[in-house]
Order: sequence, then C-alpha cells, then structure tokens
Amino acid sequence: MSNKKAKLLQGNEACVEGALAAGMRFFAGYPITPSTEIAEISSQKLPALDGKFIQMEDELSSMAAIIGGSLAGIKSMTATSGPGFSLMQENLGYATIAEIPCVIVNVQRGGPSTGLPTSPAQGEIMQAKWGTHGDHPAITLYPNSVEEIYNTTITAFNFSEKYRVPVVLLLDEVIAHMREKVTLKDTSEITIIDRKKPTCSAEEYVAYRADDNDNIPSMASFGEGYRYHVTGLVHNETGFPTNDNKVADKLIRRLIDKVENDIDNLSIYEDYKTNDAETVIVSFGSVSRSAKSAVNELRNNGKKVGLFRPITIWPTLEKQILEISKKAKTIYVAEMNLGQYYYEVERIAGKYCNVKKINKVNGELITPNEIISVINGGN
Amino acid sequence: MMYSNLVKKYYRINNLPHIWCPGCGHGILMNSIIRAIDNLKLDKDNICVVSGIGCSSRASGYMDFNTLHTTHGRALAFATGIKFANPNLKVIVVTGDGDCAAIGGNHLIHAARRNIDITTIAFNNNIYGMTGGQYSPTTPTGDFGTTAPYGNIDKSFDLCNLAKSAGATYVGRGTAYHASLLTKLIENGLNNNGFSFIEGVSVCPTYYGRKNKKGSSVKMMTYLKENCIDKKVVDKKPELGENKILIGELYNNSQPEYTEKYKEIIKMLSKES
Repeated sequence: MSNKKAKLLQGNEACVEGALAAGMRFFAGYPITPSTEIAEISSQKLPALDGKFIQMEDELSSMAAIIGGSLAGIKSMTATSGPGFSLMQENLGYATIAEIPCVIVNVQRGGPSTGLPTSPAQGEIMQAKWGTHGDHPAITLYPNSVEEIYNTTITAFNFSEKYRVPVVLLLDEVIAHMREKVTLKDTSEITIIDRKKPTCSAEEYVAYRADDNDNIPSMASFGEGYRYHVTGLVHNETGFPTNDNKVADKLIRRLIDKVENDIDNLSIYEDYKTNDAETVIVSFGSVSRSAKSAVNELRNNGKKVGLFRPITIWPTLEKQILEISKKAKTIYVAEMNLGQYYYEVERIAGKYCNVKKINKVNGELITPNEIISVINGGN
Repeated sequence: MMYSNLVKKYYRINNLPHIWCPGCGHGILMNSIIRAIDNLKLDKDNICVVSGIGCSSRASGYMDFNTLHTTHGRALAFATGIKFANPNLKVIVVTGDGDCAAIGGNHLIHAARRNIDITTIAFNNNIYGMTGGQYSPTTPTGDFGTTAPYGNIDKSFDLCNLAKSAGATYVGRGTAYHASLLTKLIENGLNNNGFSFIEGVSVCPTYYGRKNKKGSSVKMMTYLKENCIDKKVVDKKPELGENKILIGELYNNSQPEYTEKYKEIIKMLSKES
C-alpha cells in the first residue's frame, strides 16, 4: 500500500509535484538551464488543475507576474537559474517590501554571468540573501535529495504564505537533474498554511497594519472588495507612500522582525553524529551527501567526525552553529564556491573553534575523498 | 476644499492634492480615466489600476480602486499576472513614455502581442519628469533635455504605431487638451476585449517646456489645440495631416483574447479527464 505513491522522479519534477501539493496554481517563467523542466512540467500540469502557466518575455517580468498572480489570490511560483536569478532581484525586493507571498526556485549553475550553464555550483548563497538592494528579511531553503525537494517545496510555500515573504528555494543542478525515489503524499498527510485574510469589513481594513503578536498584516486579494494600495515605496500602515523617518524605520524593522523573531519555527536542519564530534563538517545540498559519506568512512577509521546540514540557509541558524562551535575543535565548511556560508559560520563560531574551508568552483562536485583527505591532512 | 461628486466617488481624497506640478497635463488625463469608468458604470471593487514609476505612475495612488504602484517599466508584467490569475478583473495600466517605451518597452510589445485584455493609458510628456528633465524615447530629435544639452540625436518612438505593430487590437490617441475625445477612446479601450493602448499626450511646462522654450502651460495646451488633427479628417483629406499630431481612434481590430484562449485549454483538458 505504501508503495502506491512511490515514484522515480527527477529533482525538478519533484519540485513541481511539491508546489502543486502546496497549492501552487500560477507559474510564470522564462526558459533557462538547468531549471527549464520546472517550467515545462508546470505548463503541462497546471491547466489540467484549473491553474495557469505563462511563459513571460524575461525573468524581470516572470517575477512581476507571479507577484500579480499572488495579489489576485493564487499561490504563485517561478523557477530560474543564475543569470535569471540576477534579473529577478529587482522584483524580489518589491515582493519583500510589499509583503507578497511567492516562491522563487533557483537551480544553481556555475557563474558569474553565463558561467557554466550545465554544471553544478553553490554560488548564490549570499545572493539569495543580499541580491536585492536595501535591508530586508530573507527566507532561503536548501534541500539535498529529490524526496527532500518535494517536501521542502511544500515548506517554502507554507513559509511564504505565513510570513508574507518571497521564499527562495536553492537547488543544485545535480539533484535537479538526478532521479530518485519520492513518496508523494496524500492531501491528508500534508500541512498547508494559507495567508492570513482580513476578518474585518472593507471600511475597517488597514492593509499594512500588522498584528502585534506576529508583526504580519492580513492580506486581501484584489477583487475581494477591499480596495487598497500596494507600492514598492516605503509606506505607512494604510499602504500609501511616506517620507516620514519614523515610519520608514518602523517598517523596515518590522519586515525583518516578523521573520527573525520567529527563527525557531523556521529552523530546519540535519544534525548527524555531531554530539561527540571533534570535527564537524557544515555543508548543504549535494555536497552534504559527499560529506555524509566522508563522516561514515572517517568514523569507521575511529575519527570523531559529524555533519551539520542547514536546510534553512537564511535566516542563519546561529543557535545551532554556536552550540556546535562550543563542542567541536574544528568546523570545515564544504561548499561549491570559494567560501560564502563560511563567512556566516566563521562569524558565529570563530571565537570558539577553528573554522576552515573546503571549496571547489570548477563545475565538479566535491567528492567524499576530497573531504576525507583534507580532514586527514588536517589542513 | 470643495470636491465634485465625481472626485468624491472615485478619488482617495485623503491623498489629494496630487504631487504634479502646476500646469502639468497629467491631472486632466487621470480624470479622463475616471470619467470613462463612470460613463461605463464599472464596479470599483472589480477594477485594478497598475502603474510603473515616474510622474504618470503616481496616478494609481489617487484613485479609489485596487491599485498597484510597481517597479520602473514593469507595470504591464504585474498587470499580466493579475489579469491572467483572475480574468474577471478589469485591469488598467497607467504608464509614461519612459516607463513603457524605454525600460518597459519589452513588456509593452509582449503584452500587445498576447492581446491580453488590459487597457493601457500612456501619459506622454516627452521627458523624464520625476528625475528632472532627461530626454525620453519620445523626446523629438533635436529637442533638449538635461542629458541632451546639445540637442537630442535619438529618433523618437510613435507609441501608437509601436503598440499597433506589436499586436494591440485597439489603439487611440487623445491629449490633455482633447480630454473628452480621450475619455471616449478610453471607454472604447475598456470595451475592447483585448489589449488596448491609448496615448494621452500631456504637457510638461516644468521640464520639457522650460528646456525647449515652449512657454507656459497655456501656450503648450494651445499648441496641442492647433497642431492635432483627427484621423477621420485625415483619412478624407490626407494633405491636412502634414506635420500634425494624429489623434482619435487609430486602430480597431478585434482578435481572440489571451486569457480566453487559455480557458479553452483548461476546458479541453477537463473534458479529457
């Protein structure tokens, strides 16, 4: 019975399945390797579910269109890769300040610029947080298997709806194009979170007045009778622009607080044999799979090694990293870039233990042996 | 301040007065949109006004509908998302010459190509006003702007020809002087089930006018009065159209609408299953 919904899926396919399970019924995108299958499969599946797919003229407009779709009340997503993710930064910032829920999938490839279109890389850790200008909140999730892509895509939608933020889902090219077993869930097995809707009358509705308990305002859809204004300018509680310094300060701090004050409910990670570990590898996505193999092999040889794998990349899992730093002697941050997440780990753990890098940017995976030799060599 | 019933019914009075300069034509153009909506007795709750960035795009904040003030050039892309997600909404885009023909030019031609049911009103003041008078894609060749101190060497776009060539199914041009014509054109655009593009020629005495010694707002409005000619007249006597600004209904050719074509796909798939 339990095998009924077990399927062999490609990572990009699992992403669409997860999105559909979460309630995604609007997709706007632009073709780009290695994310294109997400658009292709969405175009095939959405109309059969009374959903909408549109291929826009570029990534700028794809990001704009999903914000429009979400404002009209439909859960919306786009998917892209490196160069397209750069173009999306403009309206990703808009979704942040206007508090429009949506999900942006970035199947990373080698960069900068056109870079290595068909090779894996993890170069957008910092861009996922700081790619759009100004101070702002960010939620970024990073799964490491096809099955986890399915489940994490559902979580990405739930977080975006709950906090009214654009959520970035980072995928690795190798997992996006790999096929693994996925157990698809029944509706009854999935928790779905929908955006908070106004319970007051249209006359009483103040579009950007946040509730005290969670800093999140309720959201009416366009056409529901709550006529209100949405802008990318700094605005007051009514949604209209203002240059009032106090209002600006309050707005930017609230946008960040609504996410960061709730970090405990956002923290997803895998802690693998770190309890007694003298050496801990921190890694995510495909590299974490090499890291886990390395941990197992090193343990077989008597070394006390563990793996800490953040699935929530932003906001940073400070509490967990701090805890590890107080037990371990050395942390190795292994990532397919020249050290991006490393800076977060170094900032938090650097006072308490050694923090070192294991990096690669040639378009190849970091292998278990490469990690093992660095740890054995003590470099 | 005394407000007319029309203003009280359709404007967010708390947000008035608007930020436009004395003598600017944009207020007249905005009011043509309101009059068209009032004449057609459209439901306020069902109207979305989407705008980009620039002088024109501040209009959305003053009008009491579902309003979305977006990023520079992207109004049509946001509007496409709204209309496609909920085709029951009446979607209007307010944009400017820089917004829709420079940074948003790509979105304009593709929205027109799809023939999605959006009525776009472009407030054309031939200049970037909000940033202080730089030349735009509709600044005539030879004219001056703060970034064209030696005269503009660019050729300018005819916005209506651009929209028509890209696939808009209703195209018209009115001006801040020819306000009742503009109202009628916007009504026709709203009635057209497809992509409609209405250019509203504005006057900018503060920047374009001053840089090019066009005189006061009254003088610029008089220029519009004396130098525009309706297409219907020119169709009969082409020689009258020479060196004039062509106004009126320029193109009207109904074609299948985008969201309806997509609905057919959904219908086809629901029959199969």
